[in-house]
Amino acid sequence: MLTKYLFFFFALLAIYSAVMVLVSRKPIHSVLYLTLTFLAIAGHFILLNAQFIAIVNVIVYAGAIMVLFLFTVMLLNLNVRAELNKPFLVNLTAVIAGGLLFLTITGAVAGMERLHGSSPLTQIGLVKNLGQVLFSEFRLPFEVSSVLFLSAMVGSVMLGKKTGD
Amino acid sequence: MTMIPIQYYIVLCSLLFTIGLVGVLIKRNALVIFMSIELMLNSVNLLLVAFSVFHNDPSGQIFVFFVMVVAAAEIAVGLAIVVMVYRHTHSIDINYLNRLKW
Repeated sequence: MLTKYLFFFFALLAIYSAVMVLVSRKPIHSVLYLTLTFLAIAGHFILLNAQFIAIVNVIVYAGAIMVLFLFTVMLLNLNVRAELNKPFLVNLTAVIAGGLLFLTITGAVAGMERLHGSSPLTQIGLVKNLGQVLFSEFRLPFEVSSVLFLSAMVGSVMLGKKTGD
Repeated sequence: MTMIPIQYYIVLCSLLFTIGLVGVLIKRNALVIFMSIELMLNSVNLLLVAFSVFHNDPSGQIFVFFVMVVAAAEIAVGLAIVVMVYRHTHSIDINYLNRLKW
């Protein structure tokens, strides 16, 4: 029962902070609400016993990516209120399109009988088991991702350099 | 420890994905659009982990690891582009940035 209560608590927290990301007037509030969303999703990961993914989510997303966003907002002084919105028809179409997507996916699974997983407490989320799978089956993508990081670093440094003029 | 049915995770993740999608379409600030993309990626991560636990297959969580790798690299380059565009035009409003040559 506690699992169910925790699931709904983290789910409502994630949905509330996701909506507040869009509704906030100042971009810095959106950044903070998005950090709260990431922490709520990390709570979900812990409920699924995906310990490694939960911690990596907090470290990478809340700890590095959000800090990058905060730096960008604060150093470029972008914390201004948005003046105008897009036309009302564009907003309405976007909400209707998103709502249709949500209704389609929900409708596809609503009629099914509730499926439960295999075992109550799986061990595949532990760091040791994930490490054994990562370094045995997925060695090649792991090494290629290091090349991806190198190219991203070089690209962002090159983009950030001031040009001669 | 009771198990949550997989349908609950599907509905939750599709709702988060839809909120991110609406954010990409509605917002004019380029940074908030980036954040909505990150929200979409996170919802997909949650669904991948839920299915990986459902099928007792660790490949889902390994894929989440690589999705995070790609997201981090994309954020680094994307923010560098936003900073560079701001340096040239002093605006990150996408309604003003809809032409490649200024």
